[in-house]
Amino acid sequence: MKLIAAMSGGVDSAVAAARAHEVGHDVIGVHLALSSNPQKYRSGARGCCTIEDSHDARRAADVIGIPFYIWDMAEEFHEGVVENFIAEYAAGRTPNPCLRCNEKIKFAAVLDRARAMGFDGVITGHYAITREGEMGRTLHRAIDDSKDQSYVLSVLTTGQIAGANFPLGETTKVDVRKEAKARGLYVANKPDSHDICFVPSGDNAGWLHQRLGSKVGPILDQDGVHIGEHKGAYTYTIGQRKGLGLSVPTIDGSPRFVLKVEPVTNTVVVGPREDLAVSRMIGEKTVWCGPAVGPERNRGFVQIRAHGKPLACTYYFDNDSLVAELDEPLLGLATGQQMAIYDGDRVVGSATICETQQ
Amino acid sequence: MPVYLDHAATTPMADVAIEVMTDQLAKLGNPSSLHSYGREARKDLEGAREEVAMALDCHPSEIIFTASGTEANNTALKGLYWKGQEVGRNVVVISAIEHHAILDPAQWLKIHEGAEVIEIGVDSNGVIHLDELEDVISRRADEIAVISIMSSNNETGVIQPIDNVVELARSAFIPVHSDAVQSFGKVLLSFSQLELTAMSVSAHKLGGPIGVGALVLRKGLDVPALLHGGGQERDIRSGTFNAPAIMAFAAAVQETFLDFAERDARVQRLRLQLENGILERVPDAYVNGIKAPRLPGIINITIPGTESDTLLLLLDNEGIACSTGSACTAGVQRPSHVLLAMGHTERLARSSIRFSIGATSTEFDVEQALLFLPSVIERARMANLR
Repeated sequence: MKLIAAMSGGVDSAVAAARAHEVGHDVIGVHLALSSNPQKYRSGARGCCTIEDSHDARRAADVIGIPFYIWDMAEEFHEGVVENFIAEYAAGRTPNPCLRCNEKIKFAAVLDRARAMGFDGVITGHYAITREGEMGRTLHRAIDDSKDQSYVLSVLTTGQIAGANFPLGETTKVDVRKEAKARGLYVANKPDSHDICFVPSGDNAGWLHQRLGSKVGPILDQDGVHIGEHKGAYTYTIGQRKGLGLSVPTIDGSPRFVLKVEPVTNTVVVGPREDLAVSRMIGEKTVWCGPAVGPERNRGFVQIRAHGKPLACTYYFDNDSLVAELDEPLLGLATGQQMAIYDGDRVVGSATICETQQ
Repeated sequence: MPVYLDHAATTPMADVAIEVMTDQLAKLGNPSSLHSYGREARKDLEGAREEVAMALDCHPSEIIFTASGTEANNTALKGLYWKGQEVGRNVVVISAIEHHAILDPAQWLKIHEGAEVIEIGVDSNGVIHLDELEDVISRRADEIAVISIMSSNNETGVIQPIDNVVELARSAFIPVHSDAVQSFGKVLLSFSQLELTAMSVSAHKLGGPIGVGALVLRKGLDVPALLHGGGQERDIRSGTFNAPAIMAFAAAVQETFLDFAERDARVQRLRLQLENGILERVPDAYVNGIKAPRLPGIINITIPGTESDTLLLLLDNEGIACSTGSACTAGVQRPSHVLLAMGHTERLARSSIRFSIGATSTEFDVEQALLFLPSVIERARMANLR
């Protein structure tokens, strides 16, 4: 097959490209330039679009022996990921930009372009597995639980999954690093990136503050009593405990948690831990990674964070909404997060949480 | 072997240059040493200098060997600026289509040395506006430290009217430098007839090795150096002579001018074959600078509806090597400043690629490019519609 390998400059995508090349695919490495004003160097685990990263990706491609190009996706990335991130926070939701990047850049803009150019698909270094079966090509968890990235891929449509190749799904990270070393890839020991690549300082609240400005508003307790002020509701996340800066203690001295963020009234509501409990979540903009689900009730799991635990639930799709009812209530769930539904290790689909219920 | 149509980037070393270089690498001796080893090396080196000088029609002492065309450009522009600054001249006049090896030192002079940089525009065929230059000279003659206009453009191959530039500058006693890196070996250059103050050339564009170039600097005129040290090359460019590279440079020069007319005709014929072939197959494509005098081997072509980096990837995938000719920023292709100066929109500037033909190009190369181009363009257009 003719494949485009998306190469970030990290160890995973380098090994993924090397494996595809080794088994005989016609592979071309592509590094996505996502920032219109890239930083020269990487600092620790932050950032994945520095000039140093593009150099690392090019070097890996040269060692593997495949052609290498840089594609400028800065505009698409800014519109589809960065602006979406800011808008979601401004609307009081908690987005996951990596997921949007997969949805709009890596498996949309890049895959579309690759297909138009006559390529069959895209290879990435994501830890996930695709399998061919009765349901067509389906998406599954990687065998390395600690690295599994099926959650951030749960936004891919079946058409996108058909063009996606994840050569690392059945390998552990430890083995990938060993393999990189054995292949003579200099990036073998490069640290993983964890933070949001376009917030190089790692200070999300400060970064958002620069873009959204200060907007002082009230902090209320669960009974509506004014107990403090904040500098912008968007910097708070549901379930947050630290950094509230409240001087009025609770009667019994128990800690307070952010229960609600209301962007329209610029209000943050805090309260006791038990009020965070959610047992039902409703999602919009559902994407199916395999056959669509109907209103019949199914047993499965829901995951709400990239490395969160799968939570046992009953799920169904009704009235354009994906609903998950948890067996055990969950503490602290923000709208804007993605709910990914699993049937065993298979990703059924996902939706953006728009409502939670106790 | 993939087809190579990027000779303007670099061209294969001539066999004779490889031989000379290999032989020289095995020889011992620093040309600056006074003993027999040094004398031997010096004899060879000065022979090479005479050879290069003959090809450029200048005096051997006017040749200052450097490590690159970029270094020659930097030495000339900064040196002539500093020289002018001593007598109160702080204006640098360049064209809008110079190579980055002139654009960037000019910007550096602006930021660090207080220079005022004036860029002369070009017409839609990529030829500088002489009237604009005349106007600047008539108004600012006493303030201009140096005028630097390239001999021919590296992206389009368009040849600039250097004799007219010198004519305009002469009456005002303004030094003129010309970046002739792309011209040397492709068109006949006479430093003395052009009456230039300085000129830059590079070895690897005409079959010499990478890592050696020359600044031709008029006899008797000394400029402040960039590199200080052992005092080689009129104290303008210190550093141990790179004798093997310099001698290989001279060997390539000699070979180039041995059968210049025949080579020129062959390159020209292949270029026209490729150019006409593309225009026949891609009716809405157009050749940039087509109405201007151009170097024999360069075609810069705009193919509406495509993006140059997509074209390059797909051509590379079919085994055809070409380029956009423009520099990239952090590996990301930016619209060419040359095409923008010629009046292209950003979009059309980003839809342009350069094929360049050299001494070793064959009819097969051209045929292969013409064979694959239509399907490559079709796919590139599809990818652009995404």
